[in-house]
Amino acid sequence: MEENCKNCMEQKLKKEMEEILQVYQPEKDNLIQILNEVQEKYGYIPKLAQMQIADYLKIPLAEVYGVITFYSRFTLQPKGKYNISVCLGTACFVKGSQAILDRLKSKLQIEEGQTTPDGKFSIDSTRCVGACGLAPVFTVNNEVYGRATVKTLDEVIEKYKNREE
Amino acid sequence: MKTMQEIEEIRNRKRKELELRVNTNVGTREKHILVCHGTGCTSSKSEQILANFKKIIQEKNIENVRVIKTGCFGLCAKGPIVIIRPEDTFYAMVTPEDCEEIIQTHIVENKIVERLLCKDIEGTVVKKLDELNFYKKQKRIALKNCGVINPEDIDEYIAFDGYKALEQVLLQNNPDEVIQTIADSGLRGRGGAGFPTGKKWLFTKQAEGKQKYVVCNADEGDPGAFMDRSILEGDPHSVLEAMAIAGFSIGANKGYIYVRAEYPIAVQRLRIAIQQAEKYGLLGEHILGTNFTFTIEIRLGAGAFVCGEETALLESIEGRRGQPRVKPPYPANCGLWGCPTLINNVETFANITRILLKGAKWYASIGTEGSKGTKVFALGGNVNNIGLVEVPMGTTLREIVFDIGGGIPNNRKFKAAQTGGPSGGCIPEQYLDTPIDYENLSKIGSMMGSGGLIVMDDTKCMVNIAKFYLDFTVSESCGKCTPCRIGTKRMLEILERICEGNAIEDDLEKLEKLAHTIQKTAICGLGQTAPNPVLSTMKYFRKEYEEHVKQYTCKASECKALAKIQINPEKCKGCGMCKRVCPAEAISGEPGKTHHIDQDKCIKCRSCIQKCPFKAIGDAG
Amino acid sequence: MPEQKQVTLTIDGTKITVKEGTTILEAAKQAGIDIPTLCFLKEINEMGDCRMCIVEVEGRKGFATSCIQKVEEGMVVKTNTPEVLEARRTLLDLIISNHSKDCLICTRSGNCELQALAIKFHIQDIEYPGERTKHVIDDKSPAIVRDFEKCILCRRCVGACKNVQKIGAIDCVGRGFESCVSTAWDSSLNDVDCTFCGQCIEACPTGALKEKDSTKDVWKALKNPDKVVIAQTAPAVRAALGEEFGMPIGTNVTGKMITALKKLGFYKVFDTNTGADLTIMEEANEFIERFSKNEHLPMITSCSPGWVRFAEKNYPELLDHLSTCKSPHQMFGAIVKSYYAQKYEIDPNKIYMVSVMPCIAKKYECSRPEMEVDSLRDVDAVITTRELARMLKQANIIFEELEDGTFDSPMGEATGAGAIFGTTGGVMEAAIRTVADTLEGKSLKQIDYEAVRGGKGIKRATVSIQGKEIKIVVASGLANARTIMEEIKQGKADYQFVEIMACPGGCVMGGGQPIKSSKIRREVDVRKLRADCLYSIDEKSTIRKSNESPVMQELYREYLGRPGSKMAHKLLHTSYQKQEKYKI
Repeated sequence: MEENCKNCMEQKLKKEMEEILQVYQPEKDNLIQILNEVQEKYGYIPKLAQMQIADYLKIPLAEVYGVITFYSRFTLQPKGKYNISVCLGTACFVKGSQAILDRLKSKLQIEEGQTTPDGKFSIDSTRCVGACGLAPVFTVNNEVYGRATVKTLDEVIEKYKNREE
Repeated sequence: MKTMQEIEEIRNRKRKELELRVNTNVGTREKHILVCHGTGCTSSKSEQILANFKKIIQEKNIENVRVIKTGCFGLCAKGPIVIIRPEDTFYAMVTPEDCEEIIQTHIVENKIVERLLCKDIEGTVVKKLDELNFYKKQKRIALKNCGVINPEDIDEYIAFDGYKALEQVLLQNNPDEVIQTIADSGLRGRGGAGFPTGKKWLFTKQAEGKQKYVVCNADEGDPGAFMDRSILEGDPHSVLEAMAIAGFSIGANKGYIYVRAEYPIAVQRLRIAIQQAEKYGLLGEHILGTNFTFTIEIRLGAGAFVCGEETALLESIEGRRGQPRVKPPYPANCGLWGCPTLINNVETFANITRILLKGAKWYASIGTEGSKGTKVFALGGNVNNIGLVEVPMGTTLREIVFDIGGGIPNNRKFKAAQTGGPSGGCIPEQYLDTPIDYENLSKIGSMMGSGGLIVMDDTKCMVNIAKFYLDFTVSESCGKCTPCRIGTKRMLEILERICEGNAIEDDLEKLEKLAHTIQKTAICGLGQTAPNPVLSTMKYFRKEYEEHVKQYTCKASECKALAKIQINPEKCKGCGMCKRVCPAEAISGEPGKTHHIDQDKCIKCRSCIQKCPFKAIGDAG
Repeated sequence: MPEQKQVTLTIDGTKITVKEGTTILEAAKQAGIDIPTLCFLKEINEMGDCRMCIVEVEGRKGFATSCIQKVEEGMVVKTNTPEVLEARRTLLDLIISNHSKDCLICTRSGNCELQALAIKFHIQDIEYPGERTKHVIDDKSPAIVRDFEKCILCRRCVGACKNVQKIGAIDCVGRGFESCVSTAWDSSLNDVDCTFCGQCIEACPTGALKEKDSTKDVWKALKNPDKVVIAQTAPAVRAALGEEFGMPIGTNVTGKMITALKKLGFYKVFDTNTGADLTIMEEANEFIERFSKNEHLPMITSCSPGWVRFAEKNYPELLDHLSTCKSPHQMFGAIVKSYYAQKYEIDPNKIYMVSVMPCIAKKYECSRPEMEVDSLRDVDAVITTRELARMLKQANIIFEELEDGTFDSPMGEATGAGAIFGTTGGVMEAAIRTVADTLEGKSLKQIDYEAVRGGKGIKRATVSIQGKEIKIVVASGLANARTIMEEIKQGKADYQFVEIMACPGGCVMGGGQPIKSSKIRREVDVRKLRADCLYSIDEKSTIRKSNESPVMQELYREYLGRPGSKMAHKLLHTSYQKQEKYKI
């Protein structure tokens, strides 16, 4: 049963990937564009997708992996339902964003790039989201929280924790 | 597809319609409500504000009012910003709930909503944009259209002389003259290094090769810099037009814009702009009925700072890891897929049409001997008016920080300003009156960079700041060449030792030596300039480094490990045990009274902390 | 042809005129000046990453990268100013700071380019010690061991794998200090598209990549009184083994090698060239059969196990084209354990067959499950040329001074055709000699096929036999193999017989051969020197066609019957099957 289910998932992914790929010419310079799209769609780049991309663009899988691990936007693990990203751009850093990141890590008991065991939260840091006027800033998925303090962070985490599925 | 004549008709018609945007004395009953849609204001719900205005106007059936989304006004600290034209009323920190009142009071009753007006630092209430000190010393060339036009409407761009420069260039059909004009204007690359733009165009034109490319570098990665983003968000066509002109001048028919995927709004507006330009025949085949073909493709970056380096950017466009190439050969000769390639950054391109329309002489009259025109800075950090400013080259740091920026918040003291991001340096107080241009900044150990300008007050530890930048470089190093991959890591480790109080005096010398080696041996600009924040802080704040190393103190208390050891007067019973155990005779105090640690004598052995029976001694802060 | 422009420049005060387009490094060499390099490997990795080759060029802000940057007219270069030397020393210090320091127990000690530089710069302590990147050793595959604690990120291996072989099993992954050379998802080489050609090992300047050592097994067998330990040596080994003892590249050391093996205690020393003759007998027969029936053409040789693994992983639908012949040493092992054992009344279970090979894929090949007959493994251990040299050194054998020995009878007398198996084009030439004789029904005199000789990656020729034209192709290196396979796949192949060897240049340049430094590879055509050695052995041989070998004639008469017989199939042929490219 479980095996079957896994198979279904793989088939589905394969089909979706084919749809994504057919938009692009099978040329190497499309690699990063494709990866961006897959990352956007799945929140990470599944292994099977990597193999399909390598096959389609006729480039070695190791190279695809090399590119994925080079660019920080690409991830190999699914992110949490709520990805909290703290800006560590200079403007935010000077205004104390490091303390917010530290608090976040201790509050959720995970490190940057990790996801909580329940899959609800993940943490990363970013370099300038461009809202320097609101520094320090953190984002939850696409929502921006400006002029942040450790206290507002706590409140926001509580808010998402209590949010119904 | 439109002919030149049709474009001209749009220009004339639209210009009349939009006169109220730039002229407060225009006799019209119409009003335009401009809502800033830069990333900063969008983050604080300006889209909702726009929607609310539209809804209310519709509901109330109010005539002669239009609501327009614009690019960044610059004063991000006061966002979301709403401006009403033609009277130029400036409302700051507007919330979606304020819309009702603005419509009712301002539009219907023709009275100003006083509570939403902006206060200057001195407390004076300011009604108009121009009255703000923030705008007084600015000169907007690259940002000319930002906050004036709707970036998603090509007609509005055309109204303000948009695509006129391209038209002229195509009609005159003299690429050499275009390049000469750019050269005569004295424009230099705004991406960082300041290479003369005219020369770059000339080199690419002269390079042998049938296929050539124009690339716009919009991979603005400096933490705390958002000049390019604001231009793309506020005036995307100015970049497209300039790229087409560049293509015509150097003989290229294909352009790429490499932009950070982290700039979704900019990307979206670029997409719309390209689409609109293609529809009008301003991009694509037979542009404006001529034989010139030029297409532009967007390429998204994926989160690698090093891709702002031109050859790394090329590698990335080609679909590889963004690892820089050894130069020479330069992209002008051997760029994208080995073809001659012209790479300019967004702000550089944004100046092109203005230069061509107003002349090289006009542009060259602005600025200093070696640096012409204006420069956009993203002003941030410990300064009141955080935002985007465009000033003539030669403006002093003091003018930017204090006159435009409104000084330091909370009455703190200015300590340093950082320009050039991770490639730049920290400028101390003594250079506040230095006119800012390429040469001067480099003379004082910093660089222009792309335009990040971070102000730091006296609560900042400069060693910690240097560490922050180096930490950035280490995590953004591509890992290709030895000095950057391992060297910057070793520099960071030494800085960490310094901040943790584990360094010895030798380390400072080693740090400097390694920094110089990296500067001279790294392959690309990122590596070569990575040591700058360390070297400049070591030069101007050497004392702080020495305090960390010799006295194990961080006076700003930012380096946790070096925070001062202090006695809590509320817990101290004056038993004197600490005084007796102290090997440095740093503790004084009468029996039975609160004791005190002399920080200059304390050697951080922490014996007193262990000895105190009342847990009265500990790290400060 | 227009005359190439000349450029005059000054290097360390010496004026020199060189061709336009010459690198500063090359120009310096011509001026007699040696600039140190580390990441540079001619035509394989020309990136300028390590920065060791930096020099000063007057008027330039930073240093120039001499290994890739070209000379310019009037250039003034300084290669040894105190600033340059200090910078190089610091760079070296940084590289070593992130490198293992257990040189004493490293396979490359004494032949390590990093160690050589450390000695040159007299590095005695590390000025910039610090955190080291951590890696797990990958020794899962039967052929290659990766120890990336010793990797210096020069990426020469990536150049060899990705740019030369066009495999790309390894690449640079990660970023910054954490970046390293790795496989997809950091899997073992065993589980990805690596073919075990071993070109990465040949490219590596340090001990980060090495063959899986089998000498311990061989020592153990030699020590065991119950084992009859027999050696066979591949053609390419004799053209290179001498290098490990300071002899010039391409010296023929056949005789010394035999004596040395005997001194190590091998019971018999046979020649894999005889196995090659056997391969030709079978393969020529197989080709004639397919050619006459026009079946599964073109037929492709199957002696190169790296190539076979490549085909199984990349072109499973075309495996029919591969000859079913085992490679020479496997055939030979099977014959020794059957025919030879029977004839000389030795219990085949006691025979321990050791192949000395220029190849590390052979280690993998001999471990393939199908490489056995009646539960007897064809070959028990494969050691490389390098490993043999190590064993000889351990045994205090003064190789240079040994008397020449001869291979043992009856399996020792091989033909010249067997000898040239070790170079690209050799298998084809040997096969065509026998095919021609067989089809023509007489012994032909013209047996040198120059068109398939030389270092070109793909060689195409047409031979006319019995009025029929046979189009042949010789490809060496997997990039070229791929080109040929794509032609076949797309139905564009108009040829009938193809020789493919995984290593560029063939076995003489195999992954088990002595490792030559970047400097030597820059200055000398190693392939040609080693190949010339084999062609000269062929030329000097009295018998130069496998079909005229008395050993073959006796073997077929006494045991196998005729080529392609049932017995021959049982012992000498194999089959192929699709392999998943990635086992993940």
